[in-house]
Formats: sequence, structure tokens, C-alpha cells
Amino acid sequence: MQLHERTASDLLNDLERGALSAVELARACLQNVKTHDASIKAFLHLNDEAILAQAEAVDAKRKSGARLGKLAGIPVALKDNLCLQGTLTTCASKILEKFVPPYTAHVVERLQQEDAILFGKCNLDEFAMGSSTENSAYQKTSNPWNREYTPGGSSGGSAAAVAASMAPLALGSDTGGSIRQPAAFCGIVGMKPTYGRVSRYGLVAFASSLDQIGPLSHDVQDAALLLEVISGHDYRDSTSVNRPVPSYTATLNDPIAGLTIGVPKEFFQKGLDSEVEQAVRAALKVYEGRGARLIEVSLPHSEYAVAVYYIVATAEASSNLARYDGVHYGHRAKQFDSMIHMYSRSRGQGFGKEVQRRIMLGTYALSSGYYDAYYKKALAVRRLIKNDFDAAFSQCDVVMGPVTPTPPFKIGEKSADPLAMYLSDIYTISCNLAGIVGLSMNCGLTKAGLPIGLQILGKEFDEEKVLRTARMFEKETDWHLKRPTMQS
Amino acid sequence: MAVSANDIRWVAHLARLEFAEAELEHFTEQFNEILKYVDQLKSVKTDGVEPLAHALPIHNVFRDDVVTESLTRDEALANAPDRRNEFYGVPAVLE
Repeated sequence: MQLHERTASDLLNDLERGALSAVELARACLQNVKTHDASIKAFLHLNDEAILAQAEAVDAKRKSGARLGKLAGIPVALKDNLCLQGTLTTCASKILEKFVPPYTAHVVERLQQEDAILFGKCNLDEFAMGSSTENSAYQKTSNPWNREYTPGGSSGGSAAAVAASMAPLALGSDTGGSIRQPAAFCGIVGMKPTYGRVSRYGLVAFASSLDQIGPLSHDVQDAALLLEVISGHDYRDSTSVNRPVPSYTATLNDPIAGLTIGVPKEFFQKGLDSEVEQAVRAALKVYEGRGARLIEVSLPHSEYAVAVYYIVATAEASSNLARYDGVHYGHRAKQFDSMIHMYSRSRGQGFGKEVQRRIMLGTYALSSGYYDAYYKKALAVRRLIKNDFDAAFSQCDVVMGPVTPTPPFKIGEKSADPLAMYLSDIYTISCNLAGIVGLSMNCGLTKAGLPIGLQILGKEFDEEKVLRTARMFEKETDWHLKRPTMQS
Repeated sequence: MAVSANDIRWVAHLARLEFAEAELEHFTEQFNEILKYVDQLKSVKTDGVEPLAHALPIHNVFRDDVVTESLTRDEALANAPDRRNEFYGVPAVLE
């Protein structure tokens, strides 16, 4: 395995014993970006000099004998909806084309405190609204396993950057599957922590009751490491939970004795691709072989999750995105007739089609006369979805199933049909509505050579159990060691 | 209950989004397709079910009412599309 293809945990060993410098590693990653990103298009902004300066500073700090952080010298790519003071944060939107945030996201501060190398800003669906990264106002990202295919979305740039070994780690955000689905499509690990586990301060808001930041990585060890760094209380996010962060890496390699896995029958019904089903069932067999007990569970309201989501998420988005008014920051139209016209023209010009569609849907659902029929109804069904999970977790430790109903789809395949695109998130969305933990990991390849994801869901604040469960699979299989063959 | 192009015009006004008339018809079609899908929620029995706005209990977070460090005026105004000295420039609201 080449230097840039190795995991962060593996690289840290070499960095710590002086066999590798942060500058050497940063150069190797930058070189790989140069070779492949013209066709992958994972990054929106990447500043070589700033990256090398950070790496030099870490090497100097190490030389001085000072204590170094947990990620010292490790490049971490950021989804471009995470603020870093003084650098562009566009959300892949024209409306924020020139936005330079005056402050830094909590998770990015945590990376800085642990001496990580902030390695560029990655492409996404505009404002994280999408499942293919095709909704970016700037570029379409390709899947490193096959460039005709999407990397998934909305954290498609982050997932492609890790899968293509441009950076060993990346951060994404997950509102309805935006970390787990691209991780599945790109054959890597992606995790959505419990709502409130990670501070959202400095994450550009999409749907505030669902958004959560999480890690993307080659394997579960790296996911545990990055999650450990970004988790924890932050007074600047009022939904951030004040609860101790366990050392996920310390317990990771302890298998769970007597593991009971709930297999929801609703996740294996019509619409599930046969290759995906085979790979997921094979993964369940692996767990059985390790002594786990499989039981059938039922999530009877999960079939309504997509409908609930597209009311709740769009309602929250319509409110959150009201801030783009052409006054405080962001695009302002050149010509207009009045104050109201200035708002509507600036927003009409600045937002892409999918963002407008969602703002409209949310505005409609919240508007007078429709609030009870749509918004309140959706929130009631949301409660039933959460109750389903509570009942399931009273019988099992974790719930397992596919991440997506199909393997990766082609660029352009679903972009003209919004509803078809929404339905590709059918297995990931309920996790956000219930606020629980979700992890996606590679469990196979299709005959065409495209990755297939296994999803592990755990109850709130059960990150440790989910990670240990996922690690058990890596001990028995070698899917996490696979890297796409990169043609230049 | 299908939404008309006129309804879409009204929602666009509420949402402060300027739409090209040419796009309106296609958009209305897509909007109706999504609403039709979402309408399946009407078949779910939710009598007596308390709406769930947040998956985990959340509480108001208070801090002491003391002055703390915040953005400087220059930092806060740095991204304004129309900065006028120490203010945000906006079009006239009143004639």
C-alpha cells in the first residue's frame, strides 16, 4: 500500500516514531490530488502553501519535544459547509460564492487543537441538499471506483477524497444520510453520531433538528479516532449534549460478547437490489459466525420516513435559509425595484434549483392552512418512527441492514427526477429523524466493481457499541483494505 | 388536491424567491409529484400522538447576562454586499 493510501492510525505510528514527517505525508497527499482530482473533482478549494505550512509547524513542534495532539500531522479534508475563519466557505452555492466566515466551526477548532492538517474544502450538494453531489453549483464529483458514477451525496467530495486516498480522513455532515450514503457508494466508513454528540457550531445549517457532523475514513479505527476528537460539549450549540466522551479507540478492539443484531424486515422488501441484499446477508452471516444472534425486528413506520423527512427537513431549511437576504452576507442582485424585490431576486439568482425546490416545499408545509396537515402530521409520524426504534432496541444491541437500496448510480441517472433521488435515502433517513447513531461500512463489491454498504444503527449515545460491532466485521474480512484502482 | 401555478407563485412570494415564468409549469408538476408522495402520511393514524420536533429532549440554555467578547464591527460587516461605513446598506423601505 502506498503512503497516501494508508489509514490515519497507521500513519500516526510512523509519524510518532519519526519514520515519517508531516511534510512528507502532506506532499504525498497533495501529489495524489494533483494526479487525480482533475477528473474526480472532490475539492472546491485547496491551498498547497497553507497545507505545507501547517505540516512544517507540526514537524517543528515535534522536534521541539512539545506534546502533540491526537491527529498530529494527519491531513483531514473538510466538507465546504464547515466554517474556517478567513477561508472561503461556499456550501457549493453561488449565494455564498465569496463568503469568508469570521469564525471557525467547533469541530475544526478541535482538529486544530489536536494538530491535524486542515486539508482543503470538499464539494457537496448545494447546502447539503442532495444525494449525488450533482447539485453543486461548481462541479460534479465522480466516484473514484468508476468515474461515470456519482460518489453519492451530499458529502460526496469528502467521501471521494478519502476513497481516492487524497486525504486519510474527512469530515462530512449527515441530515438524512449525507455521510453514510456517500461512504457506502465510495467503499469507506462513514458515521452519523447521536444528535447532540458533536457541536454544530460553525456548520452551515440545513435542517437543525437533523444535522450532525461526523467522520469519513478508510476503516473503523480511524472513524473512532476522529469521532473521539470532534465529540463533546460546546456551549455555542444549545443542542450540544454535556456528557462525557468515552475513548472510542480504547475499547474498539473488544468484541461484544453475546451480540444481538436486529434485522428489520422492512429493509429487505421490494426495491432492494439483489446484489446489495446478497452482500448485506453475507455480512450478517459473518456476524453469526462470530457468535452473534440475529433476530427479526420490525420498524413498521420506516416506509413513511422519506415523506416525513421531506416535510420536516424542508420546513426547517425554509426557515434556516431565510437568512440569505442579500444584506448581511452573500449574493445581492444588481438591479431591483424594491426591498422585497431585492430579496427575491438575490435569492432567485443565488440558490440552485434543488435548494429552491426545498425552500418552496418547506414554506408550503408551514404556510397558513397547511401547517397541521403537513408539518404537524409529519412530526407525529416522526414520533412513531422513534417509537419503532425504541421498541427494536429493547430487543437487540444494534440494528443492521443495507445503507442504500441500490449500488451507486450513474451521473445524470436521477438528476431530472427529484423524487427518485429522494427515495435513494430510504434506509438512512429514519436514523436522523430518531436522532440515533448510524454507521456505514463497505461489505462488498458488485459484479461491476462498485462498493456496497452495510449499515449499523445503534441507540442514542451508543457510538462505542456501534464502533466495536463494526470493528468485529473488519477483523473477519478485508473489505476495508480495498482501494479503487486509480487511472490517471 | 393539486397545487396550481398560481399557488406556486404565492408560495414563491412567501419564500422570497423570484421565478422565471418559463420554469413555473415544470416546477409545479414536480411539486405536485412530491406532494402526492408526501400525502401518504394522511393514511397513518396519529390520534393522540404527541408531535416530535426534536429526537432528544432539549432545554433552554442560559448564560449570565454579562458582556463577553464578540465579533468586531469590521468582522461582522466584512461580508456585507453593500457596506456603508458602519452600517448595512439596504434599499429604501418607505417612499
